[in-house]
Amino acid sequence: MMVLQGVLLVLVAVGGTTVVLVRDPLRQSIVAGVFGLLLGVLFFAFQAPDVALSQIVVGSLVLPAMIVLTLAKLAQLRGLDE
Amino acid sequence: MSRRVRSGLFLVAAVVFGSLFIWGLLGLPAFGDYQGPYGIVLEDVAVEERAGVNIVVSTTFDYRGFDTLGEEYILFAAALGAVVLLRQQRGEQKDEEEEQDHPADRQRRDTSDALRLLGLGLVGPLVVLGIYVIVHGALTPGGGFQGGIVLASAFVLVHVAGRYLILKRVRPMPLVEITEAGGAAGFVLTGLGGLIAGSTFLFNFLPLGEPGTLLSAGMIPLLNISVGLEVAGAVVLLFSEFLEQWLLRGRGGGA
Repeated sequence: MMVLQGVLLVLVAVGGTTVVLVRDPLRQSIVAGVFGLLLGVLFFAFQAPDVALSQIVVGSLVLPAMIVLTLAKLAQLRGLDE
Repeated sequence: MSRRVRSGLFLVAAVVFGSLFIWGLLGLPAFGDYQGPYGIVLEDVAVEERAGVNIVVSTTFDYRGFDTLGEEYILFAAALGAVVLLRQQRGEQKDEEEEQDHPADRQRRDTSDALRLLGLGLVGPLVVLGIYVIVHGALTPGGGFQGGIVLASAFVLVHVAGRYLILKRVRPMPLVEITEAGGAAGFVLTGLGGLIAGSTFLFNFLPLGEPGTLLSAGMIPLLNISVGLEVAGAVVLLFSEFLEQWLLRGRGGGA
């Protein structure tokens, strides 16, 4: 269990850094979704299944969906300006 | 501010923050070493006192029910604020082309069959899972917040599956608003029940029942259902408002 927790902690650290390093917002939203999923697994490994459940849904579905919608709107506005 | 001043400032801040952070880490108790007496006491008495076998939910919805009320209203206020902002931007204009030529519906042609099939196939199980998690709040990990968000994600998936018009049909906005408001009101009304029963606000006034059964833990299932409705309503409302904003091709929208 400890090994699994350690591995997941490292993965989450790598995942978080990746989210920051990916500069394109659209890709970033997808990577953030994967990162959210990782966090959910981490919470699960630390014996917080209820937190994991909400983290998985919020982090990997609702949040990316909202970001993508916002980006779509921004792209639309930019298209109007040109 | 020049580049040099900026990186100098960053270096100083990083060193200060880093040393404080390491200092704080060194003072932490050992990994897994829990020192809160409150949790240990609850672990012993909660099942007997409240008949809910999920002690986390017994704590959040009963012993600390008032905190959860605040939490619920944070979400309520946040959703409301976002909706007010987005609707004001949109003004009173209505999309005249409604029902016929939505960009979201045109997008349907770009959505792959595999994605649509998978998305639509997941909607049913997700709705069932959401309801299950909500009503089993006192029994299994999860509860109103988790179940509500799972329920809301089913609606998001309907959109991902590429059918905006179907989403509109399964999600009449007034109903979503009523669900959200009803969930928020339900929590307070259940809490008022405690006052009517002659005790304090959020006093667990309902019969506790047999631990481990669906109808146990007194008012905790009721509170879970309220929160579940509120969360599902709030997230669907937020998502819908964002979606509507996108559908308004540049009309208003702060351009």
